[in-house]
Amino acid sequence: MPHISLPPSLPGIRSLAVYRPETGKYLYELVQLLLRGASPLSEADRELIATYVSYLNNCQFCYQSHAAAARCLYGNQEKLVDEVLKDPATASISPKLKTLLRIAGKVQQLGKEVLPEDIDAARKAGANDRDIHDTVLIAATFCMFNRYVDGLGTTTSEDVSDYITMGERMSTIGYVLPNQPL
Amino acid sequence: MAHIDLQNELPGIRGLMAYSPDTAKLLNELAELLLRNDENTLSRGERELIATYVSFKNDCFFCQQVHGALAGHYLNFSVAEIDAIKTDPQAVIHSEKLTALLQIAAAVQKGGKQVQEQHIAAARQAGATDKEIHDTVLIAAAFCMYNRYVDGLATWAPADRQFYVDRAPSRAAEGYINTPLNTTK
Repeated sequence: MPHISLPPSLPGIRSLAVYRPETGKYLYELVQLLLRGASPLSEADRELIATYVSYLNNCQFCYQSHAAAARCLYGNQEKLVDEVLKDPATASISPKLKTLLRIAGKVQQLGKEVLPEDIDAARKAGANDRDIHDTVLIAATFCMFNRYVDGLGTTTSEDVSDYITMGERMSTIGYVLPNQPL
Repeated sequence: MAHIDLQNELPGIRGLMAYSPDTAKLLNELAELLLRNDENTLSRGERELIATYVSFKNDCFFCQQVHGALAGHYLNFSVAEIDAIKTDPQAVIHSEKLTALLQIAAAVQKGGKQVQEQHIAAARQAGATDKEIHDTVLIAAAFCMYNRYVDGLATWAPADRQFYVDRAPSRAAEGYINTPLNTTK
């Protein structure tokens, strides 16, 4: 049960955005910009970074919904999402994406855990400044979203089909502030 | 030296904001609303103190100096008093509500699931409302983002702590969005 009185018909971040639309507006614009705006990283790869960090933070709502969105965006390569959650080192992804996921995993622990050798490894694998910047900011942002969603004890669905629906919406229309439910 | 070439000499999050103005605009608007908007029953000083406490727990030097100086400015605390609050809030702060909210913030810093019903019950007993609990959790969560952004890209920070204290009055007056990096004003 949520720690505060949230709209009962909505799960996770959606209930929080309706509870406090003033902050919800900026949070939705931020995630839309980070995951759908201009970036050298594909939308699918950015969703994967969000999924991986949310998984490490053990935030069921965020990781299941972003995993579903990433599967939609990867299309016939959707299986690599689950490979990454099992072990990024052995997943069938590019060496560059592996180094970026390693940086994201360090950010999840704490900012200072990102070491020059992590950055060097990413550069050697072809990552540029913008790839690294966007990876760090996406990872940092999901350390916020995950804590916000779990810290207020929001509702999390146990039904896998709910996340498939969410993933389809996220991968097509993106992140749009939900309306106040009746 | 920062992990990437920010193409500017600005310290901390300011360097990142100049490098990435589109994300900066939203990050600043969020900070302004959470920390400075006056439609809030938590004072600016109380909210800056929550930001400071989380930044301390995340060991982010730049953020804890900037926000600690602002909290000190609003609440009339010296640097020594702000430092004492970081390690033992109850020893300095006499508001039961604020210390209970700082406990919630500390739990959020560790992980969202660390917030327990007992933390919430203590805050309510001390008079905290749903919205105050909500904003405390979101401020704490947001600083788990800002701190990681600032340190994850290894930005530089002025080492002289007085620098932040001296700047706090003008930072308090200007707010978070009225900076040259802002594209709307």
